[in-house]
Amino acid sequence: MRQEAAERRNQTKNNLEKMNVKDVQQALELRIFGGEKGFDREVNGGYVSDLLSDVMGNATEGMAWITLQTHLNVMAIASLKDLAAVILVNGNRPEEDMLEKANEEDIPVLGTKLSTFEIAGKLYQLLNS
Amino acid sequence: MSPTRIIREAKERKIDIIAVADHNSTRQAGLIKKLGKEAGITVLTGAEVNTREEVHCLCLFGNDEATNAFQQFLDDRLPDEENDVVIFGDQVVVDENEHIVYTEDRLLISALHAGITEVEAVVHKLNGLFIPAHIDRPFSGILDRLGFIPENLQCDALEISYRMSETEICRNYPELCGKYFLRSSDAHYPKDIGRATTVFELEENSFEAIRAYLKNK
Repeated sequence: MRQEAAERRNQTKNNLEKMNVKDVQQALELRIFGGEKGFDREVNGGYVSDLLSDVMGNATEGMAWITLQTHLNVMAIASLKDLAAVILVNGNRPEEDMLEKANEEDIPVLGTKLSTFEIAGKLYQLLNS
Repeated sequence: MSPTRIIREAKERKIDIIAVADHNSTRQAGLIKKLGKEAGITVLTGAEVNTREEVHCLCLFGNDEATNAFQQFLDDRLPDEENDVVIFGDQVVVDENEHIVYTEDRLLISALHAGITEVEAVVHKLNGLFIPAHIDRPFSGILDRLGFIPENLQCDALEISYRMSETEICRNYPELCGKYFLRSSDAHYPKDIGRATTVFELEENSFEAIRAYLKNK
């Protein structure tokens, strides 16, 4: 009985720990630019880079990508690597064609006025708490 | 943008010299040079390299040997990341009749495993021309990616896009005033060929003459 209860508690804990993009957006008070249909994507980590080639080589599925790049190719890479979302820093806004692609691919593009360092720190804390 | 189409457009717009530089690939060089020669157009061949820093650079060569040697370098340094045809489109090499003769599986817009300094050195070792591409452009122009042009980077010219003027570049980057700028179309579609051009004063229409001209600027 005690073991079952412990297992149930663990299961609940695991479910609570699974965050999706909407959870992250709300917790970090991120601005929503587009791709809202992808809000239920699970976020299992983060990646910080402004080099597309770096993200291509090292980011993995389900990561939230933090970048200052606002170019269309950002969404192409996000799609290629099945990333959870793109978070633009320094108050940057996506370019028109980047936003179009985000809505096409249902990959959320969010924003913050904070710097990469600050938002990465907050996201890290959020996912590891 | 097949070689045949490019030459046809260039001919219609009365362009004498064109440089054709695919992203990280020189595989169409032989054919387009041949077609150009038949049409009386000098074709400079090479590649638009995407360096590790994600700076785009035009690397142009005077002969097939140099072009082939550079292709080997590209093959060596291109990441193994596979192309996704749905997202990025086909990467094909075609013949005169626009039939596909080769498909590149690796993603050509990737950044090479080679920094800009090394690429410059390799190009010059092959007696080629090294020209940072569309330096005014955000995202892939050297000024946006590095913030400045490294002092000991040997550039044969600096390319500005059709969107930019020399006056504007000089105003925004005073340290570049007086440098020699090339303006080109950076055409990715046939309709854009010739939307910006540069005039050279040459004794003959050849790679060597252009190189000498740029050296004196």
